[in-house]
Amino acid sequence: MSDRRAGTGRKKKGGNIWAVARKEFARFFRDPKMVFGTLLLPGLLIYVLYSIMGDGIMEQFTAEDTEPAAVYVENEPASLKEALGALSFQMLSQEGKTEEGLKEEIQNKEAELYVVFPESFDEKIAAYDSQTASEPAPNVEIYYNSASNESRAAYEAVAAVLDQYESHLANKFDVNSAQSGGVYDLATKEDVTGQMFSMLLPMLMMIFLFTGCMAVAPESIAGEKERGTIATLLVTPIKRSELAIGKVLSLSVISLLSGVSSFLGTMLSLPKLMGSASGMDASVYQISDYLLLLAVILVSVLIIVSLISIISAYSRSVKEANTAVVPLMVVVMFIGITSMFGTGAPENPALYCIPLYNSVQSMNGIFSFHYNPMNIGITLVSNLVWTVLLIYVITRMFNSEKIMFSK
Amino acid sequence: MEEILRVENLRKTFVLSKKQQRLEKTKEKTKKAVDGISFTAYRGEVFGLLGPNGAGKTTTLRMLATLIRPDEGDALIEGISVCKDPAGVRERIGFLTSELKLEEFFTPNYLFDFFAELHDVDPEIRDRRKKELFAKFGIDEFAEVKVANLSTGMKQKVSLVISIVHDPDIIIFDEPTNGLDVLTARVVTDFLLDLKNEGKSILVSTHIFSLVEKICDRIGIIINGKMVLCDALENVTRGESLEDRFFEIYRETAGELK
Repeated sequence: MSDRRAGTGRKKKGGNIWAVARKEFARFFRDPKMVFGTLLLPGLLIYVLYSIMGDGIMEQFTAEDTEPAAVYVENEPASLKEALGALSFQMLSQEGKTEEGLKEEIQNKEAELYVVFPESFDEKIAAYDSQTASEPAPNVEIYYNSASNESRAAYEAVAAVLDQYESHLANKFDVNSAQSGGVYDLATKEDVTGQMFSMLLPMLMMIFLFTGCMAVAPESIAGEKERGTIATLLVTPIKRSELAIGKVLSLSVISLLSGVSSFLGTMLSLPKLMGSASGMDASVYQISDYLLLLAVILVSVLIIVSLISIISAYSRSVKEANTAVVPLMVVVMFIGITSMFGTGAPENPALYCIPLYNSVQSMNGIFSFHYNPMNIGITLVSNLVWTVLLIYVITRMFNSEKIMFSK
Repeated sequence: MEEILRVENLRKTFVLSKKQQRLEKTKEKTKKAVDGISFTAYRGEVFGLLGPNGAGKTTTLRMLATLIRPDEGDALIEGISVCKDPAGVRERIGFLTSELKLEEFFTPNYLFDFFAELHDVDPEIRDRRKKELFAKFGIDEFAEVKVANLSTGMKQKVSLVISIVHDPDIIIFDEPTNGLDVLTARVVTDFLLDLKNEGKSILVSTHIFSLVEKICDRIGIIINGKMVLCDALENVTRGESLEDRFFEIYRETAGELK
């Protein structure tokens, strides 16, 4: 040995940061349960759940996949024969059945509808003038069961035919008539996707990122304190700032991966959840949008990890840390909700200096395609500045014997 | 003799929480854990700190290891101040206490490399030391087993080895045989003797008299936060057993302090 001691003393700048980060990565990535539970499971679960929910909703409202509705029609007028026939109902004969018996069948979900037209319906409505009539208009009775999806759908279909027929009788003008073949909703796929994604995803993203951070940060800091392993690190020459930076950076990467997993699960399954007719499509975003989003997410994770690390450093156990973090989670969720109100991302640059709020509004802007690059820049820079300040606080805490060795 | 450690008038007072006040059965809001301790240790000697539980031994050693800061006074380790350059002190010492734990998820092999990196040990030297130390303590057999799956004795061996990963000249052990079975305690005692034979300076706190008699050159007796006696072992015992002398001194001093 050339040196008296094996350790040669002060090492190059940042060396210990990387050593601490590598240890955190090893702790995480060498544990298959942790990798599966934190990285793969959230995204997979969200995708599967949202897809199943979407399929379920579609199934409820897609008539083609269900059996034709069984319908009884009494006194069917000639004027509506064609229109009602076009509904592909299974028209049943009510011969030998009483009105009560038919209603019972609908209650028991054996039939879907019982439609009763007044006798001589066509003559009665031809003779009826709403301006001069002293009696109420002829009434069509439709018995249905709102607890049955099929019955409710059949009711809505028949009611729509009758409404249309009634409009036709006194037709003076139409609004956006389907017969004209025009396309009146001028919203593009980008608009539809942007509106929905900008409303929902910033809040969901903040929750995903927060839960990702919660899964790793308390364990890494409060856990090490609780087990006495952090004291073992503190008697080495490592600087407290290197320990704080190493932990925050590595935990941020892990939390980011967890957040991205949940994000991908949501992005891929949200169009399915909303239904194919919603016009939503995650592919409307460019790679540059995703990169910008990733940058915003990264700085958000740094802030969240730093905040949870501070709470964890104050706590004496993982349990205490997890409990103490809950109020912060409520605050983050509340901030996340702000993307659901208002008229898109605000323009005032000062608002983009507020940590977490700036992340939500930046994501809102990116998802809705209406963002000011300067405001995104302010978000990135201000969050980095906040992170540096928070790391300074963590370093001070690691230096505090009262905090690190409190019993 | 070359001075390697000089402790000057160290003082430390703790604020007691209500829970601690209840446990200590006191209404005092603070407790003087260390009250003006001074002593000197020389290169190559084993210095033992003796005292009953709560006397201030552990607090003294934690201040020397820079885990906590003294309220007053200072200590110089190889001329480096624990107050002014704690990182410099940490480079020069090995510290082991039962309160320091190893991360259970990792293997001894991984932990040795990790702590060697924190101490900036050259990889070649690290591998050589690892080979020697692992062979000496029989850690080779479980070098790739997670710490969680090791027995208490095995864990203590790994902790010992990791505390000297950087081959420090001064080694501080706080109650190194506390809670160990006789076989592991023997391994630790032999290890301390080996270090002594290698010429290392050792500062050890314990209340096991046989250990002190076996390895210490000089001792300091701490009672109620004060160093009541500091001298060569033979001057303290004066031909009697250390245990008898300790209780004699304790009765005299504790009586005076009361």
